[in-house]
Amino acid sequence: MASLDDLKKRISSVKSTQKITKAMKMVAAAKLRRAQESAERGRPYSEKMNNIILNLSSGLSDKENAPKLLTGTGEDKVHLCVVMTADRGLCGGFNSNIIKKAKSYFKKLSDNGKTLKIITVGSKGYDQLKRVYKDSIIENISFKESKNANYFEANKVGKIIIEKFENKEFDVCTIFYNQFKNVITQIPQEQQIIPLKMTEDEINKSDESYEFEPDEDEILGNLLPKNISTQIFKAMLENSASEQGSRMSAMDNATRNAGEMVDKLTIEYNRSRQAAITKELIEIISGAESL
Amino acid sequence: MSEQFNLEIVSPENSFLKKDDVTEVVIPAFEGEMGILKDHISVISFLKPGIIKISSNNEENNFYVDDGIVEFKDNTLSILTSNIFDIKNSEASKIQDMIKEAEKELSDEKLDDQKRFIISQKVEVLKSLSLN
Repeated sequence: MASLDDLKKRISSVKSTQKITKAMKMVAAAKLRRAQESAERGRPYSEKMNNIILNLSSGLSDKENAPKLLTGTGEDKVHLCVVMTADRGLCGGFNSNIIKKAKSYFKKLSDNGKTLKIITVGSKGYDQLKRVYKDSIIENISFKESKNANYFEANKVGKIIIEKFENKEFDVCTIFYNQFKNVITQIPQEQQIIPLKMTEDEINKSDESYEFEPDEDEILGNLLPKNISTQIFKAMLENSASEQGSRMSAMDNATRNAGEMVDKLTIEYNRSRQAAITKELIEIISGAESL
Repeated sequence: MSEQFNLEIVSPENSFLKKDDVTEVVIPAFEGEMGILKDHISVISFLKPGIIKISSNNEENNFYVDDGIVEFKDNTLSILTSNIFDIKNSEASKIQDMIKEAEKELSDEKLDDQKRFIISQKVEVLKSLSLN
């Protein structure tokens, strides 16, 4: 059995850990609110963008010559995967959920004989993937310095992707991120952004007739690169909200576990203190009796 | 009342401006300035660097935009742009910085003609702003 001193030390160390996790939870909660707000504020833009593209592509007269960003290169050999994770750990299953999703997708690709290229956004994803997929990772982007996701950074990532597409380095591009549902649930997502995928509903929904100035092709050519950046930005916003949410619930759990541990240790401490006193008493009494 | 329509300007980070009493908007569309009144035909276009002039009932606002996409539908004008600011509240130093940056881009030899045209337009507009 541990001595009283040892127990005392352990209790105080668990208590100070609890203080840290509690503080991290509070910070995450405050950041979560901000991240959630900016995710909501960013929504109209990406929705509008999506709508316009839908209207445009359904009104496209010459589907053969449509921009490659919309229809793809016509081949399906090289896949580019953009894995978006956080730059920081201690946020529960947030990073590993994305990685897990991405890895199962990678496996599917390699089983089908496709070539895989990876861009990681966020240093945690790079750390986890570099062990197995070191040769496939072509770029590692990290925004450690900046506090909040902003459009400027998303645009940078978008430009890299488009440049690689124009150099014919890949045929299909998919991004991986966590969608924020609520504080407890974040859903890892895979979303194909090149060529653009649309559901049947969305295609049938749009039957507006528009006037275009200049013509559709030119607008699409201008719009599609922007749409890539917008999608990346949306993923970044969702990701940052998810990260904070995930960290908050992870830290909440940790705080609770620490509390339970402190209780258990305190009981043990009291028990052994009592046992020591009883032992001492017995020793005194039996000493007195033997006289 | 009957001459008014809705205007919405959104940027990736937030909803920049929302108005429902706009009477006329002049936008710097790619192929020249475009004035939009109520009941305009549905149109999609994109912007080059320039000034958006918004006239509502009792006031007139001017905004500078870098680029963007415009959609008009059902008497609602949506402008999507990533860089926009109110000319009234703009700081001269910021405009100067933007001019410098644009001029630096212009000096790049590899630039194609279309981009060169757009950026030089941007410099012109910004310079005209800083004079006022």
